[in-house]
Amino acid sequence: MTNSAEPAGGYDLAVVGAGPAGLAAAATAAEHGLRVVLLDSAPRPGGQFYRQPAAELRAARPQALHHHWPAFQRLLGRVDAAAERVTSLGDHHVWSVTGESGAFTVRALTGPDQRQARSVTARQVLFATGAHERQLPFPGWTLPGVVGAGGAQAMLKAGLVLPGRRVVVAGSGPLLLAVASSLAAAGARVPLVAEAADYLGYAAGARVLAANPGKLVEGAQHGAVLLRHGVRLRPRTAVVAAHGSDRVEAVTLARLDAAWRPVPGTEWRVACDAVAVGHGLVPQLELPLELGCRTRRLPDGSAALVVDAAQRTTVPGVWAAGESTGIGGVQLAVAEGELAGRAVAGQTAAPRPLLRRRARLRAFADLMAARHAPGSGWTGWLDDATEVCRCEEVTVREVRSAVAELGAADQRTVKLLTRAGMGWCQARMCGPAVARLCGAPSADGPDVPGPDVAVAGQDDGAPTRPLSTPVPLGLLAECDTTAPSSEGAPR
Amino acid sequence: MRRSPLDLVRARPEPPIEFSFDGEPVAALPGQSVAAALWQSGRLAWRRTRVGDRPRGAFCGMGACYDCLVELDGVPNVRACLAPARPGALVRTQQGDGHDELR
Repeated sequence: MTNSAEPAGGYDLAVVGAGPAGLAAAATAAEHGLRVVLLDSAPRPGGQFYRQPAAELRAARPQALHHHWPAFQRLLGRVDAAAERVTSLGDHHVWSVTGESGAFTVRALTGPDQRQARSVTARQVLFATGAHERQLPFPGWTLPGVVGAGGAQAMLKAGLVLPGRRVVVAGSGPLLLAVASSLAAAGARVPLVAEAADYLGYAAGARVLAANPGKLVEGAQHGAVLLRHGVRLRPRTAVVAAHGSDRVEAVTLARLDAAWRPVPGTEWRVACDAVAVGHGLVPQLELPLELGCRTRRLPDGSAALVVDAAQRTTVPGVWAAGESTGIGGVQLAVAEGELAGRAVAGQTAAPRPLLRRRARLRAFADLMAARHAPGSGWTGWLDDATEVCRCEEVTVREVRSAVAELGAADQRTVKLLTRAGMGWCQARMCGPAVARLCGAPSADGPDVPGPDVAVAGQDDGAPTRPLSTPVPLGLLAECDTTAPSSEGAPR
Repeated sequence: MRRSPLDLVRARPEPPIEFSFDGEPVAALPGQSVAAALWQSGRLAWRRTRVGDRPRGAFCGMGACYDCLVELDGVPNVRACLAPARPGALVRTQQGDGHDELR
């Protein structure tokens, strides 16, 4: 990666995240003459979607684990062609963005253990921070061998490894099909994919589907791979327990009703040595929330950044593209990155085909979010001893007692009473589950009125965390606290 | 013989390196993370939790969940899914918060 010196007066634009949206935004802005710095925590660009095997693994056909690979090569080519104006900083974990339009400071940690500080300044900032998985706990989900579906995919794409030989894929959302087909193509046996939602629900969005034939082709490609490897897709089905002592040995599956409540008497057991599980994706918003960017509630209960037609957030000088504005997949992320890059560079008239493309893909994303929104009945598969917070080992019993007996009505109060969400991951894993178990919208949640208002028990809460990655105290102490800062910004 | 991930992408990796995990030798392909190498060796757990002393390993695979914390060359709380496997590294199962010596 290039590592040229910062221009006098700082960069024109800092892009946080070098996934599809960030690459598209950085390339487009640079093509329009801006000096751009592109930061990402991974050593190589691509984000989670285009996560590449390490160079030393010398993969001749990395595209065997990817869709839309030529589009990625084109993006990398554009960034290369604009290399004079793009400084790519890989292995930079951004932990804070402060300041205001015209003078933002982006602070990152780098080096082998992320203990070296590095900061850059830029007049404008664009968040392409992507997403992580939504997890809904079930008994036994903390056993070794039970891994995130996206986690299994990430480890496979980057390290060319599998968690086991016989992997049950479960949860909800289109990612499951991609994960199951990758695992099967890479040699794992996938006895079944348990999808909690009902795929028949897509019929309700026939017009949106017809406008997005590419999505149907992609689905059909996954379907063909699954068929070839004998993988069965079971809709309205969930893993309701994982079994084993020191590692997972089997799961219990059950049929679900329309609200995701397990139907008694339908349970059956399947032997496996790994489970890849995830219930959709939620935007990663720590950095923009610290700057005071407003969010809206999506049909699946997650919070996403509010952006205008030019991908501008509600904070001057701050832009966003990709999953941070709502989960929508790689093509939407690239379209948004292009539009944002143009707008940041002052191009007011966006090409109509690009605008239409974004609208069409956004409609598809909304359909997906509605179809795969977690049903309220998922709590029916919990037992009292199920751990909700993996870091602090807080159980369902403790969370329910905080809510029912101590009167906790939101995620923050539950955290204060039980420590759920107080550990290493800062509620990235348990936040949505805890918010949903509270049965009430989070007190510090998004505050946009109207159709986006949170529904009790079906809201992921707000991912507010003061620092987006752990920072050594010594580095915090060295920060210049007299610099312009957004600390105390309303949210 | 079933296909492997290396076959799928036609990888021709550089020769394996070796590190130590709890005193046992583990082979890793250059470029793999500590977590990937441990998965490849059939190990899924390399941490014991603070409260219940339960085994844990990689979960999110992308540095977000901190479940894969490990002791690497004497330093605790290193995310095994992000740390590259290096020849001769001393990797140990992390006990609790990794700071038992402070108790």
